[in-house]
Amino acid sequence: MISLRKLNLSIHRLPILKDVSFDIAQGQIFGLVGESGSGKSMTALALMQLLPQGFSASGQVMVDGTDVLALSEAQMCALRGNEIGMIFQEPMTALNPVQTIGDQVAETLLIHGKANKAEAAKIARRMLNRVGLPEDKFPASRYPHELSGGQRQRVCIAMAIALRPKLLIADEPTTALDVTTQAQILELLQELVAEEDMSLLLITHDLAVVAGMADYVAVMRKGEIVEQGQTEHLFKTMSHPYTRQLFEASSHQPDHGAKTQDTPILEVINATREYAAPRTKLFHRPPPFRAVDNVSFTLKRGESLGLVGESGCGKSTLTRAILGLDALQGGEIRLSGEPVLAGQHMPTHLRQKVQVVFQDPYGSFNPRHKVLRLVMEPFHLTAPPDNAREHVAEALETVGMPADAMDRYIHEFSGGQRQRIAIARALVLHPDLIVLDEAVSALDVSIRAQILDLLADLQKRLGLSYLFISHDLTVVQAITDRVLVMQRGKIVETGPTEQVFTSPAHPYTKQLLDAAPQIPADWQAR
Amino acid sequence: MRLPIQLIIGALLTSFFVIAVLVSFVWTPHDVTVLTIADKLQPPSAKYWLGTDHFGRDMFSMLMVGARTSIAVAIVAVGIGMGIGVPLGLMAAANKGSLLDEVIMRGNDLIFAFPSLVIAILITAVFGPSAVNAILAIGIFNIPVFARVSRGAALSIWTLDYILAARTFGKGRVRISAEHILPNIANLLIVQGTIQFSLGILAEAGLSYVGLGAQPPTPSWGRMLADAQTMIYTKPMLAILPGMAIVLMVLGLNLMGDGLRDLLDPRIRRER
Repeated sequence: MISLRKLNLSIHRLPILKDVSFDIAQGQIFGLVGESGSGKSMTALALMQLLPQGFSASGQVMVDGTDVLALSEAQMCALRGNEIGMIFQEPMTALNPVQTIGDQVAETLLIHGKANKAEAAKIARRMLNRVGLPEDKFPASRYPHELSGGQRQRVCIAMAIALRPKLLIADEPTTALDVTTQAQILELLQELVAEEDMSLLLITHDLAVVAGMADYVAVMRKGEIVEQGQTEHLFKTMSHPYTRQLFEASSHQPDHGAKTQDTPILEVINATREYAAPRTKLFHRPPPFRAVDNVSFTLKRGESLGLVGESGCGKSTLTRAILGLDALQGGEIRLSGEPVLAGQHMPTHLRQKVQVVFQDPYGSFNPRHKVLRLVMEPFHLTAPPDNAREHVAEALETVGMPADAMDRYIHEFSGGQRQRIAIARALVLHPDLIVLDEAVSALDVSIRAQILDLLADLQKRLGLSYLFISHDLTVVQAITDRVLVMQRGKIVETGPTEQVFTSPAHPYTKQLLDAAPQIPADWQAR
Repeated sequence: MRLPIQLIIGALLTSFFVIAVLVSFVWTPHDVTVLTIADKLQPPSAKYWLGTDHFGRDMFSMLMVGARTSIAVAIVAVGIGMGIGVPLGLMAAANKGSLLDEVIMRGNDLIFAFPSLVIAILITAVFGPSAVNAILAIGIFNIPVFARVSRGAALSIWTLDYILAARTFGKGRVRISAEHILPNIANLLIVQGTIQFSLGILAEAGLSYVGLGAQPPTPSWGRMLADAQTMIYTKPMLAILPGMAIVLMVLGLNLMGDGLRDLLDPRIRRER
């Protein structure tokens, strides 16, 4: 039904895709896997003819017997939404915030002249019901901001399938979502494909997601499909070394046998933090929202402790309190025996002991400073040493970056390199504890494996303690000794990582582990 | 690296006027304070390059000296606006939601609530018409513009991770504002600055036009327009020349602002 033949694409003469060929049969789920920059999204955009300016394409992109490369923009407009629907990664920005969800779903029908206003509203309602947003709870008059991320992604799906397209393209549909939500959305997509006899082109970086979903898989690298085949067969053989490399990276276990000492470095004792909830009635003040509710734990010197939870569970609030950025309302946080205070009240010698690495390698640095100045920034806590350049060079070398990187701007580095620089910045003052706030979540699997190795190695060499905050269970499993599971502001389970992952005690932990997509164990034979 | 084309055109236009101003301090073709009634309303000639006005003053010299007034008024007015407005905006953003934020922003609203040119006329009417009072009046109305622009832009920077990181390094609000916020909103401020600069030139021309700006014998583009309006049908050049000067100056500044923004941002610079 969909058939790409030797699709070549270049944008401003920069080659993007090279000889991409594959077929998607009706009712089939086709997984397209690759790391960022591999050209998987561009392939989808070529199908939709939504390519950026200055592109030139050759080859054939057949949709139901017509070559879309030869169609005019007007003909494409008739095709888009009608024959091919698409959903995107970020449900927070894919919807128009000033239109109700009902209107947005109905819009697709109206544009294609498939229904009048009243009918369109009716069909839209039916579609919303179909994607799991029942009328009594989610009337069509809701606005996107009243919905959660998963619910918004459901609205996006309803929009994409409103006209019963033959092909649905899902570009990283669950990457921005929590694991439990991800499982629900993937299940919904699978159901829809079966019921509507659609084809689904599922684009993702996550091998485990395609393993559980796709009938057929293609692996992309640098604009080329290196390997494609029936899913189970592909996983069992892995004939191309890149597929194997990708697979190994995604389940990479760094060697983190660092010695844990008995002295605690961080003690959190009954930490509580509340926020005022928004008023819904004029004379009634709702009870405050407890973001962190009576949380206590200890982190020992040399230990790496994982903190797992879904978005909104309070882990960011807790992190900010540990870093001495926001005050607690109850309880205490002690860093090597001394109390952590918020803001300017925290003594500088204590601040030196804890440093942080954030998730987004693009937002963690002031784009106007050179690397030298960025890595030197923590020296604000001490007097800047005379040989600051040497300190920076040493920190950069520790994380495997050349010392001459310090004279360049941050935008000259890739995501993985930036994350190394972020770690160098955290190391430059020789702290005892590093808080890693989703520090590898935004990275490609192969880069992630390298950063995890680096972290494990640094821990062994420098005797660091890590507080590893993440929503990604595989990462936490790979690098931590002990894990805390957080739900709605409370720690619901704690224990050695192996034990929690193999025999979870709390139902929420079980739910999290069940929801995480996994490659079936018997496929991993090679 | 290629320079943006609008920057080149804008810079050429602007530097043309700036050079005219600098030259006017040491040399003008004729003395603008000397009236030569015998040579009044001359067409352009070898002696008077752009002709003369109804008092026989050389138009070319008048435009050169007039640019001095316009640019001086606009520079100082934008300086007042930036110098006071930007720190106020940064302060408001650093203390978002606090009483200080409210006081600053509501104070801005108060100034915004008055039509600027009318208040400028009031100020110059009360304190007497002069270039200095015109500068003050225009400058005061630049303050809320810069305060609002810098607060809005600063708020979005405050949410970024590198601000959080800077806070973990123990940096205070003032330090973060100066080191991280200001450089990252500078491109917006430069663009706004050039727009306000051109608005300042227009406002000065407007005030001079109604006789509340620079006083005779100091030439000013606005008053040249006012003087020319009675003769607009017989000697249209007398109005067209200062009018064109104002248009070209404002256009040049706006183009330069756009070009500078593109040039100063290291991220945009990479993409080109």
